[in-house]
Amino acid sequence: MSDATEKIESQIKGNKVILYMKGNREMPQCGFSARVVQILDSYDVMYETVDVLSDPDIRQGIKDYSNWPTIPQLYVNGEFIGGCDICVELFQSGELETILNPA
Amino acid sequence: MLHIIERILKPFILSAMDPNEIKAMIENGMSNLVVNVDGDGTHFEALIVSTEFEGKSLIERHKLVYGVLGDAMKERIHALSLKTFTPEQWDSQK
Repeated sequence: MSDATEKIESQIKGNKVILYMKGNREMPQCGFSARVVQILDSYDVMYETVDVLSDPDIRQGIKDYSNWPTIPQLYVNGEFIGGCDICVELFQSGELETILNPA
Repeated sequence: MLHIIERILKPFILSAMDPNEIKAMIENGMSNLVVNVDGDGTHFEALIVSTEFEGKSLIERHKLVYGVLGDAMKERIHALSLKTFTPEQWDSQK
């Protein structure tokens, strides 16, 4: 297992909700990342973010890990939820709330 | 000298992509579908209605489309926004 994969696994296991994004929560560097931050902020939920722009190994590593070609990527309880489009759809359908706060 | 310039410019030349090219790739790679693609050369939006999405989660649907686009998705398309529907879902949208 590469260093990047190891780091990603521990990040995903160590945080209930974690978003791999461009930039950070305060200053997203991409509209798609900003959209997911906005969605997560609308819930009363704690989440961690990882700025892929500050670490090229993580940037490529997370794409390999999830077999998903784009950023942002949201993980909840160790499971890959999706990118921006899917987060928006799950937000609009209300499913994301269920995913974030399992009864 | 020329090959150095070519190497520097190549990513920029390749990065311009026609929405119709993406549409054709999706049409060739999937069956039983209607697809519409809009875009500005690097950012695209695709609306796809296909029976191939039946019984698939959103992640599985998007992965199917990414798979069809292959390396173009990694190298030439900066962002592709996807809307995926089965024919039944699409009918109920109208």
